[in-house]
Amino acid sequence: MNRDINKLKEIAVEVRKNIIKMLTESQSGHPGGSLSAVEILTSLYFSEMKVDPNNPKWEDRDRFILSKGHAAPVLYAVLAEKGFFDKAELMTLRKIDSNLQGHPSIKNTPGVDMSTGSLGQGLSVANGMALAAKLDNKDYRVYILLGDGELEEGQVWEAAMTAAHYKLDNVTAFVDFNGLQIDGPCTQVMNVTPIADKFRAFGWNVIEIDGHDYNQIFDAIDKAKATKGMPTMIVAKTVKGKGVSFMENQVGWHGTAPSKEQCEQALQELGGAING
Amino acid sequence: MANLATREAYGKALVELGKENKNIVVLDADLSKSTKTADFAKVFPERFFNVGIAEADLIGTAAGLSTCGKIPFASTFAMFAAGRAFEQIRNSVCYPKLNVKIAATHAGLTVGEDGASHQSVEDIAIMRSIPNMTVICPADDVETMAAVKAVSEYYGPVYIRLGRASVPTINDRPEYKFEIGKAVLLKEGKDVTIFATGIMVSEALKAAEELQKEGIDAEVVNIHTIKPLDEEAVVNSVKKTKAAVTCEEHNIIGGLGSAVCEVLAEKCPAPVKRVGIKDTFGESGKPAELLKKYGLTKNEIVKAAKEAVAAK
Repeated sequence: MNRDINKLKEIAVEVRKNIIKMLTESQSGHPGGSLSAVEILTSLYFSEMKVDPNNPKWEDRDRFILSKGHAAPVLYAVLAEKGFFDKAELMTLRKIDSNLQGHPSIKNTPGVDMSTGSLGQGLSVANGMALAAKLDNKDYRVYILLGDGELEEGQVWEAAMTAAHYKLDNVTAFVDFNGLQIDGPCTQVMNVTPIADKFRAFGWNVIEIDGHDYNQIFDAIDKAKATKGMPTMIVAKTVKGKGVSFMENQVGWHGTAPSKEQCEQALQELGGAING
Repeated sequence: MANLATREAYGKALVELGKENKNIVVLDADLSKSTKTADFAKVFPERFFNVGIAEADLIGTAAGLSTCGKIPFASTFAMFAAGRAFEQIRNSVCYPKLNVKIAATHAGLTVGEDGASHQSVEDIAIMRSIPNMTVICPADDVETMAAVKAVSEYYGPVYIRLGRASVPTINDRPEYKFEIGKAVLLKEGKDVTIFATGIMVSEALKAAEELQKEGIDAEVVNIHTIKPLDEEAVVNSVKKTKAAVTCEEHNIIGGLGSAVCEVLAEKCPAPVKRVGIKDTFGESGKPAELLKKYGLTKNEIVKAAKEAVAAK
Protein backbone atom coordinates (compact mmCIF):
# COMPACT_ATOMS: atom_id res chain seq x y z
CA MET A 1 0.00 0.00 0.00
CA ASN A 2 1.08 3.57 -0.62
CA ARG A 3 3.46 4.82 2.04
CA ASP A 4 4.02 8.32 0.70
CA ILE A 5 5.12 10.04 3.88
CA ASN A 6 4.79 13.57 2.53
CA LYS A 7 1.22 12.82 1.60
CA LEU A 8 0.59 11.34 5.05
CA LYS A 9 2.00 14.46 6.67
CA GLU A 10 -0.45 16.55 4.68
CA ILE A 11 -3.32 14.32 5.76
CA ALA A 12 -2.14 14.57 9.36
CA VAL A 13 -2.29 18.36 9.22
CA GLU A 14 -5.83 18.18 7.90
CA VAL A 15 -6.82 15.66 10.60
CA ARG A 16 -5.34 17.80 13.36
CA LYS A 17 -7.14 20.88 12.09
CA ASN A 18 -10.41 18.99 11.99
CA ILE A 19 -9.90 17.74 15.55
CA ILE A 20 -9.46 21.34 16.72
CA LYS A 21 -12.44 22.57 14.71
CA MET A 22 -14.73 19.78 15.88
CA LEU A 23 -13.90 20.29 19.52
CA THR A 24 -14.26 24.04 19.27
CA GLU A 25 -17.65 23.58 17.62
CA SER A 26 -18.85 21.07 20.23
CA GLN A 27 -17.17 22.88 23.14
CA SER A 28 -16.65 19.43 24.59
CA GLY A 29 -14.28 16.49 24.07
CA HIS A 30 -10.69 15.34 24.38
CA PRO A 31 -8.02 17.11 22.31
CA GLY A 32 -4.77 15.96 23.98
CA GLY A 33 -5.05 12.22 23.43
CA SER A 34 -6.58 12.74 19.98
CA LEU A 35 -3.66 14.82 18.75
CA SER A 36 -1.08 12.38 20.11
CA ALA A 37 -2.50 9.53 18.02
CA VAL A 38 -2.73 11.23 14.61
CA GLU A 39 0.32 9.60 13.02
CA ILE A 40 -0.68 6.14 14.26
CA LEU A 41 -4.22 6.37 12.87
CA THR A 42 -3.24 8.00 9.58
CA SER A 43 -0.59 5.31 9.02
CA LEU A 44 -3.14 2.58 9.59
CA TYR A 45 -6.04 3.98 7.58
CA PHE A 46 -4.12 5.50 4.66
CA SER A 47 -1.18 3.16 4.23
CA GLU A 48 -1.88 -0.15 5.88
CA MET A 49 -5.38 -1.40 6.61
CA LYS A 50 -7.60 -3.10 4.06
CA VAL A 51 -10.84 -1.17 4.47
CA ASP A 52 -13.53 -0.04 2.04
CA PRO A 53 -15.35 3.20 2.88
CA ASN A 54 -18.14 2.13 0.52
CA ASN A 55 -18.54 -1.18 2.33
CA PRO A 56 -17.70 -0.49 5.98
CA LYS A 57 -18.86 -3.95 7.12
CA TRP A 58 -16.81 -5.83 4.49
CA GLU A 59 -16.17 -9.20 6.12
CA ASP A 60 -12.53 -9.47 5.09
CA ARG A 61 -11.51 -5.97 6.16
CA ASP A 62 -8.82 -5.29 8.70
CA ARG A 63 -10.33 -4.18 11.99
CA PHE A 64 -9.44 -1.25 14.20
CA ILE A 65 -10.52 -0.73 17.79
CA LEU A 66 -9.99 2.60 19.52
CA SER A 67 -9.80 1.20 23.02
CA LYS A 68 -9.02 4.68 24.35
CA GLY A 69 -12.43 5.73 23.10
CA HIS A 70 -12.17 9.30 24.38
CA ALA A 71 -9.86 9.96 21.42
CA ALA A 72 -12.93 9.63 19.19
CA PRO A 73 -12.21 12.95 17.43
CA VAL A 74 -9.05 11.57 15.79
CA LEU A 75 -10.91 8.46 14.66
CA TYR A 76 -13.82 10.48 13.26
CA ALA A 77 -11.50 12.93 11.49
CA VAL A 78 -9.57 10.04 9.92
CA LEU A 79 -12.71 8.12 8.91
CA ALA A 80 -14.16 11.26 7.31
CA GLU A 81 -10.87 11.97 5.53
CA LYS A 82 -10.92 8.38 4.25
CA GLY A 83 -14.46 8.85 2.93
CA PHE A 84 -16.56 6.80 5.35
CA PHE A 85 -18.87 9.80 5.79
CA ASP A 86 -19.11 13.45 4.83
CA LYS A 87 -16.56 15.73 6.48
CA ALA A 88 -19.34 18.24 7.19
CA GLU A 89 -20.67 15.73 9.74
CA LEU A 90 -17.58 16.30 11.88
CA MET A 91 -19.12 19.54 13.10
CA THR A 92 -21.99 17.58 14.68
CA LEU A 93 -19.65 15.88 17.19
CA ARG A 94 -21.31 15.34 20.59
CA LYS A 95 -24.47 17.17 19.53
CA ILE A 96 -27.99 15.83 19.88
CA ASP A 97 -29.05 13.44 17.06
CA SER A 98 -25.47 13.21 15.77
CA ASN A 99 -23.88 10.09 14.31
CA LEU A 100 -20.71 11.14 16.10
CA GLN A 101 -21.20 10.21 19.73
CA GLY A 102 -18.83 11.40 22.44
CA HIS A 103 -17.22 7.97 22.34
CA PRO A 104 -17.17 5.61 19.33
CA SER A 105 -20.38 3.71 18.69
CA ILE A 106 -20.61 0.83 16.25
CA LYS A 107 -24.32 1.49 15.77
CA ASN A 108 -23.94 5.14 14.85
CA THR A 109 -20.83 5.66 12.80
CA PRO A 110 -19.78 3.93 9.55
CA GLY A 111 -16.26 2.57 9.91
CA VAL A 112 -16.34 2.15 13.68
CA ASP A 113 -15.63 -1.53 14.37
CA MET A 114 -16.40 -1.53 18.09
CA SER A 115 -18.13 0.69 20.61
CA THR A 116 -15.63 1.84 23.20
CA GLY A 117 -15.23 4.52 25.79
CA SER A 118 -15.19 2.61 29.03
CA LEU A 119 -11.47 2.00 29.30
CA GLY A 120 -9.84 -1.39 29.35
CA GLN A 121 -12.38 -3.31 27.27
CA GLY A 122 -10.97 -3.09 23.74
CA LEU A 123 -8.20 -5.66 23.82
CA SER A 124 -10.54 -8.50 24.80
CA VAL A 125 -12.74 -7.59 21.85
CA ALA A 126 -9.73 -7.46 19.53
CA ASN A 127 -8.81 -10.96 20.68
CA GLY A 128 -12.31 -12.18 19.88
CA MET A 129 -12.06 -10.76 16.37
CA ALA A 130 -8.64 -12.36 15.93
CA LEU A 131 -9.90 -15.74 17.14
CA ALA A 132 -12.75 -15.50 14.63
CA ALA A 133 -10.24 -14.81 11.82
CA LYS A 134 -8.26 -17.91 12.79
CA LEU A 135 -11.40 -20.05 12.96
CA ASP A 136 -12.45 -18.91 9.50
CA ASN A 137 -8.95 -19.07 8.02
CA LYS A 138 -9.13 -15.42 7.09
CA ASP A 139 -6.07 -13.21 6.87
CA TYR A 140 -7.51 -9.95 8.09
CA ARG A 141 -5.62 -8.31 10.91
CA VAL A 142 -6.86 -6.61 14.05
CA TYR A 143 -5.35 -3.30 15.12
CA ILE A 144 -6.03 -1.63 18.42
CA LEU A 145 -4.94 1.56 20.13
CA LEU A 146 -4.73 1.68 23.91
CA GLY A 147 -3.90 4.60 26.14
CA ASP A 148 -1.03 4.39 28.61
CA GLY A 149 -3.27 5.38 31.50
CA GLU A 150 -5.72 2.78 30.26
CA LEU A 151 -3.17 0.08 31.06
CA GLU A 152 -4.09 0.59 34.71
CA GLU A 153 -7.34 -1.30 34.01
CA GLY A 154 -7.06 -4.95 35.08
CA GLN A 155 -8.97 -6.28 32.10
CA VAL A 156 -6.13 -5.17 29.81
CA TRP A 157 -3.87 -7.71 31.51
CA GLU A 158 -6.50 -10.45 31.38
CA ALA A 159 -6.69 -9.83 27.65
CA ALA A 160 -2.91 -9.58 27.34
CA MET A 161 -2.68 -13.13 28.73
CA THR A 162 -5.39 -14.36 26.39
CA ALA A 163 -3.75 -12.89 23.28
CA ALA A 164 -0.44 -14.56 24.11
CA HIS A 165 -2.06 -17.83 25.20
CA TYR A 166 -3.94 -18.18 21.93
CA LYS A 167 -0.89 -17.02 19.93
CA LEU A 168 -2.84 -14.21 18.29
CA ASP A 169 -0.19 -13.02 15.85
CA ASN A 170 -2.97 -11.28 13.90
CA VAL A 171 -3.36 -8.76 16.73
CA THR A 172 -1.23 -5.63 16.57
CA ALA A 173 -1.68 -3.26 19.47
CA PHE A 174 -0.37 0.26 19.94
CA VAL A 175 0.02 2.05 23.23
CA ASP A 176 -0.27 5.82 22.84
CA PHE A 177 2.45 6.44 25.42
CA ASN A 178 1.95 10.15 25.99
CA GLY A 179 2.64 9.90 29.70
CA LEU A 180 -0.39 11.83 30.94
CA GLN A 181 -3.80 10.91 32.30
CA ILE A 182 -6.66 13.00 33.71
CA ASP A 183 -5.26 13.48 37.20
CA GLY A 184 -1.65 14.03 36.16
CA PRO A 185 1.44 12.22 34.85
CA CYS A 186 0.86 8.44 34.73
CA THR A 187 4.00 7.90 36.78
CA GLN A 188 2.47 9.93 39.61
CA VAL A 189 -1.18 8.81 39.43
CA MET A 190 -0.36 5.11 39.05
CA ASN A 191 2.93 4.11 37.55
CA VAL A 192 2.29 2.01 34.47
CA THR A 193 5.96 1.79 33.48
CA PRO A 194 7.91 -0.14 32.37
CA ILE A 195 5.28 -0.83 29.72
CA ALA A 196 7.48 -2.73 27.29
CA ASP A 197 8.87 -5.06 29.96
CA LYS A 198 5.41 -5.80 31.26
CA PHE A 199 4.12 -6.90 27.87
CA ARG A 200 7.30 -8.89 27.18
CA ALA A 201 6.71 -10.70 30.44
CA PHE A 202 3.15 -11.41 29.28
CA GLY A 203 4.48 -13.12 26.16
CA TRP A 204 4.17 -10.35 23.60
CA ASN A 205 6.50 -9.24 20.84
CA VAL A 206 7.23 -5.66 21.89
CA ILE A 207 8.55 -2.83 19.72
CA GLU A 208 9.32 0.64 21.06
CA ILE A 209 9.07 3.58 18.67
CA ASP A 210 8.52 7.30 18.31
CA GLY A 211 4.79 7.42 17.64
CA HIS A 212 5.05 10.53 15.48
CA ASP A 213 7.66 9.09 13.09
CA TYR A 214 6.00 7.45 10.08
CA ASN A 215 9.09 5.44 9.16
CA GLN A 216 9.27 3.93 12.63
CA ILE A 217 5.53 3.20 12.64
CA PHE A 218 5.71 1.36 9.31
CA ASP A 219 8.81 -0.52 10.32
CA ALA A 220 7.04 -1.68 13.50
CA ILE A 221 3.90 -2.72 11.60
CA ASP A 222 6.02 -4.74 9.17
CA LYS A 223 7.81 -6.46 12.03
CA ALA A 224 4.46 -7.23 13.67
CA LYS A 225 3.17 -8.81 10.47
CA ALA A 226 6.30 -10.91 10.15
CA THR A 227 6.08 -12.15 13.73
CA LYS A 228 4.39 -15.54 14.07
CA GLY A 229 2.92 -17.15 17.14
CA MET A 230 2.64 -14.08 19.32
CA PRO A 231 0.81 -10.76 19.37
CA THR A 232 2.73 -7.53 18.95
CA MET A 233 2.61 -4.48 21.17
CA ILE A 234 3.99 -1.29 19.67
CA VAL A 235 4.80 1.09 22.49
CA ALA A 236 4.62 4.43 20.72
CA LYS A 237 6.15 7.34 22.61
CA THR A 238 4.03 10.35 21.82
CA VAL A 239 3.40 13.92 22.88
CA LYS A 240 -0.05 14.63 24.26
CA GLY A 241 -1.54 17.57 22.38
CA LYS A 242 1.05 17.16 19.59
CA GLY A 243 1.11 19.98 17.05
CA VAL A 244 -0.52 22.70 19.14
CA SER A 245 2.13 24.47 21.21
CA PHE A 246 -0.05 25.41 24.17
CA MET A 247 -1.58 21.92 24.39
CA GLU A 248 1.63 19.88 24.18
CA ASN A 249 2.38 17.89 27.34
CA GLN A 250 -0.31 19.76 29.28
CA VAL A 251 -2.49 17.63 31.56
CA GLY A 252 -5.22 20.29 31.42
CA TRP A 253 -5.85 19.60 27.73
CA HIS A 254 -6.97 16.02 28.32
CA GLY A 255 -10.65 16.81 28.24
CA THR A 256 -11.03 20.53 27.61
CA ALA A 257 -12.27 22.10 24.39
CA PRO A 258 -10.46 25.15 22.97
CA SER A 259 -12.08 28.57 22.89
CA LYS A 260 -12.56 30.35 19.53
CA GLU A 261 -9.37 32.32 20.08
CA GLN A 262 -7.40 29.24 21.03
CA CYS A 263 -8.85 27.50 17.99
CA GLU A 264 -7.60 30.31 15.73
CA GLN A 265 -4.14 30.11 17.21
CA ALA A 266 -4.04 26.33 16.92
CA LEU A 267 -5.14 26.40 13.29
CA GLN A 268 -2.51 29.01 12.51
CA GLU A 269 0.20 26.89 14.09
CA LEU A 270 -0.98 23.83 12.23
CA GLY A 271 -1.29 25.81 8.99
CA GLY A 272 1.74 24.07 7.58
CA ALA A 273 1.28 22.32 4.32
CA ILE A 274 -2.39 23.02 3.84
CA ASN A 275 -4.37 26.17 4.51
CA GLY A 276 -8.03 26.44 5.50
CA MET B 1 -35.80 -37.02 31.75
CA ALA B 2 -37.08 -36.36 35.21
CA ASN B 3 -34.88 -34.47 37.64
CA LEU B 4 -32.04 -32.86 35.77
CA ALA B 5 -30.24 -29.60 36.48
CA THR B 6 -30.79 -26.92 33.87
CA ARG B 7 -27.00 -26.58 33.50
CA GLU B 8 -26.87 -30.25 32.45
CA ALA B 9 -29.45 -29.59 29.77
CA TYR B 10 -27.47 -26.54 28.67
CA GLY B 11 -24.39 -28.68 28.04
CA LYS B 12 -26.42 -31.14 25.97
CA ALA B 13 -28.09 -28.32 24.04
CA LEU B 14 -24.74 -26.79 23.14
CA VAL B 15 -23.50 -30.05 21.67
CA GLU B 16 -26.67 -30.39 19.58
CA LEU B 17 -26.40 -26.80 18.37
CA GLY B 18 -22.72 -27.15 17.64
CA LYS B 19 -23.51 -29.96 15.20
CA GLU B 20 -26.12 -27.88 13.40
CA ASN B 21 -24.36 -24.54 13.26
CA LYS B 22 -20.62 -24.11 12.87
CA ASN B 23 -20.84 -20.48 13.95
CA ILE B 24 -21.65 -21.52 17.50
CA VAL B 25 -18.61 -20.92 19.71
CA VAL B 26 -18.40 -21.39 23.46
CA LEU B 27 -16.33 -19.55 26.03
CA ASP B 28 -15.76 -20.24 29.68
CA ALA B 29 -13.73 -18.85 32.57
CA ASP B 30 -12.28 -21.96 34.22
CA LEU B 31 -15.64 -23.41 35.25
CA SER B 32 -16.39 -25.52 32.21
CA LYS B 33 -16.89 -28.73 34.20
CA SER B 34 -19.43 -26.99 36.41
CA THR B 35 -21.19 -24.94 33.74
CA LYS B 36 -21.18 -28.02 31.46
CA THR B 37 -19.58 -26.19 28.56
CA ALA B 38 -16.95 -28.94 28.84
CA ASP B 39 -19.46 -31.15 27.02
CA PHE B 40 -19.14 -28.86 24.01
CA ALA B 41 -15.38 -28.53 24.41
CA LYS B 42 -15.02 -32.29 24.19
CA VAL B 43 -16.79 -32.50 20.83
CA PHE B 44 -15.68 -29.17 19.32
CA PRO B 45 -12.34 -28.28 20.92
CA GLU B 46 -11.49 -25.81 18.15
CA ARG B 47 -14.61 -23.79 18.87
CA PHE B 48 -14.16 -23.66 22.63
CA PHE B 49 -12.14 -20.94 24.33
CA ASN B 50 -11.20 -20.98 27.99
CA VAL B 51 -9.99 -17.54 29.02
CA GLY B 52 -9.03 -18.55 32.52
CA ILE B 53 -10.40 -16.89 35.64
CA ALA B 54 -11.11 -13.61 33.88
CA GLU B 55 -14.80 -12.79 33.51
CA ALA B 56 -14.34 -9.31 32.07
CA ASP B 57 -12.13 -10.77 29.36
CA LEU B 58 -14.64 -13.58 28.84
CA ILE B 59 -17.38 -11.16 27.88
CA GLY B 60 -15.15 -8.91 25.77
CA THR B 61 -13.72 -11.84 23.82
CA ALA B 62 -17.24 -13.10 23.16
CA ALA B 63 -18.19 -9.62 21.96
CA GLY B 64 -15.30 -9.58 19.50
CA LEU B 65 -16.20 -13.01 18.13
CA SER B 66 -19.80 -11.91 17.64
CA THR B 67 -18.78 -8.91 15.51
CA CYS B 68 -17.29 -11.40 13.04
CA GLY B 69 -20.45 -13.50 12.65
CA LYS B 70 -19.90 -16.03 15.41
CA ILE B 71 -22.63 -16.86 17.92
CA PRO B 72 -20.77 -17.00 21.23
CA PHE B 73 -22.20 -18.62 24.35
CA ALA B 74 -20.17 -17.33 27.30
CA SER B 75 -20.54 -19.16 30.58
CA THR B 76 -19.54 -18.77 34.17
CA PHE B 77 -21.46 -18.63 37.45
CA ALA B 78 -24.27 -16.06 37.61
CA MET B 79 -22.45 -14.24 40.39
CA PHE B 80 -19.41 -13.57 38.21
CA ALA B 81 -21.24 -12.98 34.92
CA ALA B 82 -23.87 -10.52 36.11
CA GLY B 83 -21.77 -9.28 38.99
CA ARG B 84 -18.12 -9.11 38.07
CA ALA B 85 -18.64 -8.52 34.36
CA PHE B 86 -21.69 -6.26 34.56
CA GLU B 87 -20.06 -3.34 32.87
CA GLN B 88 -18.51 -5.40 30.08
CA ILE B 89 -21.97 -6.83 29.42
CA ARG B 90 -23.43 -3.35 29.48
CA ASN B 91 -20.83 -1.54 27.37
CA SER B 92 -19.24 -4.22 25.18
CA VAL B 93 -22.37 -6.30 24.50
CA CYS B 94 -25.68 -4.54 25.11
CA TYR B 95 -24.83 -0.99 24.03
CA PRO B 96 -23.52 -2.18 20.64
CA LYS B 97 -26.32 -4.81 20.62
CA LEU B 98 -24.01 -7.69 19.81
CA ASN B 99 -25.10 -11.28 19.37
CA VAL B 100 -23.64 -12.61 22.61
CA LYS B 101 -25.40 -15.22 24.75
CA ILE B 102 -24.45 -15.23 28.40
CA ALA B 103 -25.44 -18.53 29.97
CA ALA B 104 -24.94 -18.11 33.68
CA THR B 105 -25.14 -21.19 35.85
CA HIS B 106 -25.26 -21.70 39.62
CA ALA B 107 -27.79 -18.92 40.05
CA GLY B 108 -29.65 -18.42 43.31
CA LEU B 109 -29.47 -20.20 46.66
CA THR B 110 -29.39 -23.72 45.23
CA VAL B 111 -25.66 -23.34 44.64
CA GLY B 112 -25.84 -24.76 48.14
CA GLU B 113 -22.75 -25.46 50.20
CA ASP B 114 -20.53 -22.83 48.55
CA GLY B 115 -22.51 -20.23 50.43
CA ALA B 116 -23.50 -16.60 49.98
CA SER B 117 -20.37 -15.49 48.11
CA HIS B 118 -21.47 -17.72 45.22
CA GLN B 119 -25.26 -17.41 45.51
CA SER B 120 -26.43 -14.76 43.10
CA VAL B 121 -29.71 -13.26 44.28
CA GLU B 122 -29.38 -10.07 42.24
CA ASP B 123 -28.59 -11.12 38.67
CA ILE B 124 -32.09 -10.87 37.19
CA ALA B 125 -32.42 -7.33 38.53
CA ILE B 126 -29.04 -6.30 37.18
CA MET B 127 -29.46 -7.88 33.78
CA ARG B 128 -33.02 -6.79 33.09
CA SER B 129 -32.16 -3.15 33.72
CA ILE B 130 -29.78 -3.05 30.75
CA PRO B 131 -31.32 -1.81 27.49
CA ASN B 132 -31.26 -4.36 24.61
CA MET B 133 -30.92 -7.29 27.02
CA THR B 134 -33.22 -10.32 27.00
CA VAL B 135 -33.45 -12.30 30.26
CA ILE B 136 -34.51 -15.94 30.29
CA CYS B 137 -34.83 -18.28 33.25
CA PRO B 138 -35.86 -21.79 32.20
CA ALA B 139 -37.88 -24.01 34.54
CA ASP B 140 -36.48 -27.40 33.62
CA ASP B 141 -34.31 -29.38 31.23
CA VAL B 142 -36.86 -29.42 28.41
CA GLU B 143 -37.27 -25.67 28.56
CA THR B 144 -33.52 -25.13 28.75
CA MET B 145 -32.91 -27.18 25.60
CA ALA B 146 -35.63 -25.24 23.78
CA ALA B 147 -34.46 -21.87 25.10
CA VAL B 148 -30.84 -22.40 24.10
CA LYS B 149 -31.94 -23.28 20.58
CA ALA B 150 -34.31 -20.31 20.40
CA VAL B 151 -31.73 -17.78 21.56
CA SER B 152 -29.22 -19.09 19.03
CA GLU B 153 -31.71 -18.19 16.32
CA TYR B 154 -32.40 -14.73 17.77
CA TYR B 155 -29.99 -11.89 17.06
CA GLY B 156 -29.01 -9.90 20.13
CA PRO B 157 -27.74 -10.13 23.69
CA VAL B 158 -29.37 -12.72 25.95
CA TYR B 159 -28.82 -13.63 29.58
CA ILE B 160 -29.88 -17.20 30.38
CA ARG B 161 -30.11 -18.04 34.06
CA LEU B 162 -29.40 -21.66 34.93
CA GLY B 163 -29.18 -23.66 38.12
CA ARG B 164 -26.81 -26.11 39.73
CA ALA B 165 -29.30 -28.42 41.42
CA SER B 166 -31.61 -30.94 39.79
CA VAL B 167 -35.19 -29.87 39.19
CA PRO B 168 -38.24 -31.91 38.16
CA THR B 169 -39.13 -31.98 34.49
CA ILE B 170 -42.50 -30.32 34.00
CA ASN B 171 -42.54 -29.46 30.31
CA ASP B 172 -42.11 -32.92 28.80
CA ARG B 173 -45.36 -32.89 26.86
CA PRO B 174 -46.11 -32.81 23.13
CA GLU B 175 -47.87 -29.45 23.06
CA TYR B 176 -44.98 -27.62 24.78
CA LYS B 177 -43.56 -24.79 22.70
CA PHE B 178 -40.89 -22.28 23.65
CA GLU B 179 -41.05 -18.78 22.31
CA ILE B 180 -38.87 -15.94 23.66
CA GLY B 181 -41.09 -13.46 25.47
CA LYS B 182 -44.16 -15.71 25.59
CA ALA B 183 -45.47 -16.83 28.94
CA VAL B 184 -46.63 -20.43 29.28
CA LEU B 185 -50.01 -21.10 30.88
CA LEU B 186 -49.58 -24.29 32.89
CA LYS B 187 -52.87 -24.43 34.76
CA GLU B 188 -56.00 -22.38 34.33
CA GLY B 189 -57.70 -20.94 37.39
CA LYS B 190 -59.95 -18.07 38.39
CA ASP B 191 -59.10 -17.01 41.95
CA VAL B 192 -55.42 -15.98 41.84
CA THR B 193 -52.55 -16.11 39.35
CA ILE B 194 -49.23 -17.58 40.39
CA PHE B 195 -46.43 -16.26 38.18
CA ALA B 196 -43.26 -18.30 38.59
CA THR B 197 -39.88 -18.52 36.96
CA GLY B 198 -37.01 -21.01 36.98
CA ILE B 199 -36.95 -23.69 39.63
CA MET B 200 -39.98 -22.14 41.37
CA VAL B 201 -42.33 -23.17 38.57
CA SER B 202 -42.60 -26.74 39.81
CA GLU B 203 -43.22 -25.48 43.35
CA ALA B 204 -45.96 -23.21 42.00
CA LEU B 205 -47.68 -26.21 40.40
CA LYS B 206 -47.53 -28.11 43.69
CA ALA B 207 -48.92 -25.07 45.50
CA ALA B 208 -51.83 -24.85 43.04
CA GLU B 209 -52.74 -28.48 43.77
CA GLU B 210 -52.71 -27.73 47.47
CA LEU B 211 -54.81 -24.62 47.01
CA GLN B 212 -57.33 -26.57 44.94
CA LYS B 213 -57.90 -28.86 47.91
CA GLU B 214 -58.69 -25.82 49.97
CA GLY B 215 -61.13 -24.47 47.41
CA ILE B 216 -58.88 -21.84 45.80
CA ASP B 217 -58.62 -22.18 42.03
CA ALA B 218 -55.18 -20.86 41.12
CA GLU B 219 -53.88 -20.14 37.65
CA VAL B 220 -50.19 -20.97 37.12
CA VAL B 221 -48.14 -19.09 34.55
CA ASN B 222 -44.52 -19.89 33.76
CA ILE B 223 -42.63 -16.68 33.00
CA HIS B 224 -39.50 -18.12 31.41
CA THR B 225 -38.70 -14.79 29.78
CA ILE B 226 -38.49 -12.07 32.39
CA LYS B 227 -37.51 -9.52 29.77
CA PRO B 228 -39.24 -8.78 27.50
CA LEU B 229 -42.07 -9.67 29.86
CA ASP B 230 -45.24 -11.06 28.29
CA GLU B 231 -47.28 -8.12 29.55
CA GLU B 232 -50.38 -9.19 27.73
CA ALA B 233 -50.40 -12.58 29.41
CA VAL B 234 -49.78 -11.04 32.83
CA VAL B 235 -52.53 -8.45 32.47
CA ASN B 236 -55.09 -10.77 30.92
CA SER B 237 -54.64 -13.37 33.61
CA VAL B 238 -54.92 -10.89 36.48
CA LYS B 239 -57.92 -9.19 34.86
CA LYS B 240 -59.59 -12.54 35.36
CA THR B 241 -58.23 -13.59 38.77
CA LYS B 242 -57.80 -10.12 40.35
CA ALA B 243 -54.87 -11.25 42.50
CA ALA B 244 -51.30 -12.39 41.92
CA VAL B 245 -48.36 -14.17 43.52
CA THR B 246 -44.85 -14.11 42.09
CA CYS B 247 -42.25 -16.81 42.81
CA GLU B 248 -38.55 -16.68 42.08
CA GLU B 249 -35.24 -17.88 43.46
CA HIS B 250 -34.01 -14.29 43.54
CA ASN B 251 -34.27 -11.20 45.67
CA ILE B 252 -37.84 -9.90 45.83
CA ILE B 253 -36.28 -6.60 44.75
CA GLY B 254 -35.75 -6.20 41.04
CA GLY B 255 -36.64 -9.62 39.71
CA LEU B 256 -39.82 -11.27 38.48
CA GLY B 257 -41.84 -9.85 41.36
CA SER B 258 -40.82 -6.34 40.50
CA ALA B 259 -41.38 -6.87 36.78
CA VAL B 260 -44.92 -8.17 37.35
CA CYS B 261 -45.71 -5.36 39.83
CA GLU B 262 -44.48 -2.74 37.37
CA VAL B 263 -46.88 -3.96 34.71
CA LEU B 264 -49.85 -4.50 37.01
CA ALA B 265 -49.44 -1.13 38.72
CA GLU B 266 -49.76 0.59 35.38
CA LYS B 267 -52.23 -1.61 33.58
CA CYS B 268 -54.25 -3.67 36.02
CA PRO B 269 -53.80 -2.78 39.70
CA ALA B 270 -54.37 -5.80 41.95
CA PRO B 271 -53.00 -7.23 45.19
CA VAL B 272 -49.64 -8.94 44.63
CA LYS B 273 -47.59 -11.05 47.05
CA ARG B 274 -43.96 -11.72 46.21
CA VAL B 275 -42.38 -15.04 47.15
CA GLY B 276 -38.61 -14.78 46.88
CA ILE B 277 -35.49 -14.07 48.86
CA LYS B 278 -36.33 -11.26 51.24
CA ASP B 279 -33.46 -8.90 50.50
CA THR B 280 -30.91 -10.96 52.33
CA PHE B 281 -27.82 -13.02 51.55
CA GLY B 282 -27.89 -16.79 51.65
CA GLU B 283 -25.53 -19.16 53.47
CA SER B 284 -24.03 -22.63 53.18
CA GLY B 285 -26.38 -25.58 53.27
CA LYS B 286 -28.09 -28.17 51.13
CA PRO B 287 -30.28 -26.70 48.37
CA ALA B 288 -33.50 -28.09 49.88
CA GLU B 289 -32.56 -26.78 53.33
CA LEU B 290 -31.84 -23.35 51.93
CA LEU B 291 -35.08 -23.17 49.95
CA LYS B 292 -36.98 -24.04 53.11
CA LYS B 293 -35.11 -21.62 55.36
CA TYR B 294 -35.43 -18.72 52.94
CA GLY B 295 -39.10 -19.26 52.18
CA LEU B 296 -38.97 -20.65 48.67
CA THR B 297 -41.39 -23.53 49.07
CA LYS B 298 -44.82 -24.69 48.09
CA ASN B 299 -46.08 -23.78 51.57
CA GLU B 300 -44.91 -20.18 51.25
CA ILE B 301 -46.66 -19.91 47.88
CA VAL B 302 -49.88 -21.31 49.32
CA LYS B 303 -49.71 -18.81 52.17
CA ALA B 304 -49.01 -15.91 49.80
CA ALA B 305 -51.86 -16.94 47.51
CA LYS B 306 -54.31 -16.95 50.40
CA GLU B 307 -53.13 -13.50 51.44
CA ALA B 308 -53.47 -12.18 47.91
CA VAL B 309 -56.99 -13.59 47.63
CA ALA B 310 -57.94 -12.11 51.00
CA ALA B 311 -56.67 -8.70 49.91
CA LYS B 312 -58.94 -8.52 46.86
